[in-house]
Amino acid sequence: MSAPAIASYMTDRIGPLPFCPGCGHTTLTHALDKALVKLQLDPRRVVVVTDIGCIGLSDRYFTTHAFHGLHGRSITYACGLKLARPELKVITLMGDGAAGIGGAHFLNVARRNIGITLLVGNNFNYGMTGGQHSVTTPEEGLTSSTPAGNPEAPMDLCATAAAAGAPWVWRATMFDPDLPDVLADAIAQPGFAMVDVWELCTAYYMPRNQFKKKELLEMFGAHGLTTGKVVDRPRPEYTARLREVLASAKPPRPSPGIEPRFPHAVSRQTGIVIAGSAGQKIKSSAALFAQAGMFAGLHATQKDDYPITVQTGHSVAEVNLSPERVDYTGIERPDFFVLLSEDGLRRTRDTVAALPATSTLYAVDDLELPPTAARVRRLPSRELTKDAGRLSLCTAALAFLLADSGLYPVAALRAAISAFTSPKIAEASLKAAAAGAAAVHRE
Amino acid sequence: MAFEFVEGNEAIARAAVRAGCDFFAGYPITPASSILHYLNEDLPPRGGVVIQAEDEIASMGFCIGAAMAGRKAMTATSGPGISLYSENIGLAVMGETPLVIVNVQRQGPATGSATRGADGDVQFTRWVTSGGLPVIALAPATVEDAYLLTFVAFNFAEKFRTPVFLLSNAELGIARESADLDAVPLPPRFDRVKAPPAAEGFRPHQFDNPADVPAFADFGGDTITRFTTSMHDKDGFLTSRPAVIQEMVDHFAAKIDAAADEIALVKEDLQDGADTLVVSYGVTSRSVAVAVREARRRGRKVSSLVLQTLWPCPEKALRAAMRGLKRVVVPEMNMGQYRQEVERLAPDGVEVEGVCKMDTTLLSPDEILRKGGLL
Repeated sequence: MSAPAIASYMTDRIGPLPFCPGCGHTTLTHALDKALVKLQLDPRRVVVVTDIGCIGLSDRYFTTHAFHGLHGRSITYACGLKLARPELKVITLMGDGAAGIGGAHFLNVARRNIGITLLVGNNFNYGMTGGQHSVTTPEEGLTSSTPAGNPEAPMDLCATAAAAGAPWVWRATMFDPDLPDVLADAIAQPGFAMVDVWELCTAYYMPRNQFKKKELLEMFGAHGLTTGKVVDRPRPEYTARLREVLASAKPPRPSPGIEPRFPHAVSRQTGIVIAGSAGQKIKSSAALFAQAGMFAGLHATQKDDYPITVQTGHSVAEVNLSPERVDYTGIERPDFFVLLSEDGLRRTRDTVAALPATSTLYAVDDLELPPTAARVRRLPSRELTKDAGRLSLCTAALAFLLADSGLYPVAALRAAISAFTSPKIAEASLKAAAAGAAAVHRE
Repeated sequence: MAFEFVEGNEAIARAAVRAGCDFFAGYPITPASSILHYLNEDLPPRGGVVIQAEDEIASMGFCIGAAMAGRKAMTATSGPGISLYSENIGLAVMGETPLVIVNVQRQGPATGSATRGADGDVQFTRWVTSGGLPVIALAPATVEDAYLLTFVAFNFAEKFRTPVFLLSNAELGIARESADLDAVPLPPRFDRVKAPPAAEGFRPHQFDNPADVPAFADFGGDTITRFTTSMHDKDGFLTSRPAVIQEMVDHFAAKIDAAADEIALVKEDLQDGADTLVVSYGVTSRSVAVAVREARRRGRKVSSLVLQTLWPCPEKALRAAMRGLKRVVVPEMNMGQYRQEVERLAPDGVEVEGVCKMDTTLLSPDEILRKGGLL
């Protein structure tokens, strides 16, 4: 048998591995090297990602790309790398501390099944910061932060990954002679694969707890756990699925531009407030009204105010129309105010009460209004919604406003309706626009 | 010329596409979410990746990973999200990671007033991460400005290999206005300088002069590269040697500070004989425009300086505009954050006053005229 083309994926350029004598991380790091040698992967297509914790000292010894990030976040960088270049083999090495602080990422990478390999050097405590307890410290375990014994229950990383949907999970120890083969199997998986490698921390957890090889292996029995495969249930990997789903996706059609083709009678910035209930199509009707103004050669702005719920509560839209670009978009003294429901009035009562005599207030006929200096015009709601239905009340009211005020022709509103709504909605909206204009003309 | 009725967030998303953005990760938050929605429709069919992350920390982590693999990445959030981005922003500074971070500001602190505007994150942006090294931040005033400055943000991110902030505001992000985006004059697109292929010995942070921007090698590309969030040498290996650390810190600062004049985008509307200058940025500058017109109509001589770049502070333009003045007025939708910069740069004898409000509403031209003493 000929020698492999690549005999090692590690370098001694920066010296030997820095781990304490007997540390499991040395075993894990060398096992990863052997796994890569077995797979003979192109080092230019492999990234080793680590984060904070002693195991994070390992990436720099690899001759692949190497990325060392923030505590517990290595999974997120690995996912970013894999999403950007699905052809890469991205191998993340992290400790049990990182699995705890990065718990959300641990759960979600398993759930999403992004095809990275996660190797956890699990030595039951934080080695880098002085041996504090982690999410995997056994109950009663002595650490620098549990000096009287750990009162917390440990998390089984494999069971957690499995519950989150990981397709391939293996529980191992640093003493497993087949560890390099297990790691090679994990790396060869197309989907997310995790190996939980139980290790000795010779600096802290081992001396403090008389926790040696024998005790580590006995812990399996005590917890009713075994080494070996925990999960092997392949399912489609995320980036592959994404490519499949997106094969047929098309970018949104660019919105048609608005060329002015109607006249207007707006000599200065004019503020229009439309207040009603959620479900009355306030926001979309106001947008059509603004776009219609643009068909008349005006500049327009729109801001909306509505609760986080839908189909309940108020909806208020503020529109500015101006022959010039609109600088200040606030409307302190609306020139026109359209009031379509009790919800709208409740939200804007102070503004309505403060309307100046120069304002016109268009209010549906059944609404009891607070005293106001504004010129009040009543909207005949039954007549406005007779043909087009209640959902078109706002459009009808805005057509009424246009016909009454002469800001710009109702024909421009019709043009906006035809340009920016689906044929079905346009049919009702055009009827509503006609009803609004007719109601003014009938007077 | 064709106008559209466009939301500020959509303009940002479309400018990102135009700039070549091909990776977006974000977590839903009002008033920034519609950037995620828009790009979710627009990027993937073009080969881009859009992912809703499990939280803001992951959003930044995904973006950093993708950017280091050669993608042009962007994320968008609001103040609470920036808090969660903070640690990774430091990592992006360390990694010299090109990245655009949109902050559609809402009134804070904490959950604040979710759908309403403020410019409360101005100093937070400058000092967003431990270490206090410089960042770049641009503040758009209009939808067209948002389009331009998003494009410019990508250019700066790529050119200086650094995270660049776009400091928008709910008053712009989730408001629509008539805009002709195709008519916005854009500078040429700049893509990061890639290192020539190297078999070995590539230095990810190579510079001769501290202000040089190192050539980039993609993770997963043909040149083996590395990165560590810890203090490192030019080879990307962790170092604890003070001289090497200082050299690297000087480099991180110098590459931005030395380009401050190139990064400084301002709009000057200076009037001969004016004794008062109004300094503003973002949506407030729109109210200032109205107020200054009105003051001039009433016979006052008033100058205006609008800052499109907030960080690094456009010191040269500010100093020049303040020469020979009596007063400077700084209206802000916060409690006077940028006024500190103006005060620091004001010549002796020039009085600097703020007009401050953070009640979630815009400063009106009237408030600026009255409280700014412009009547």
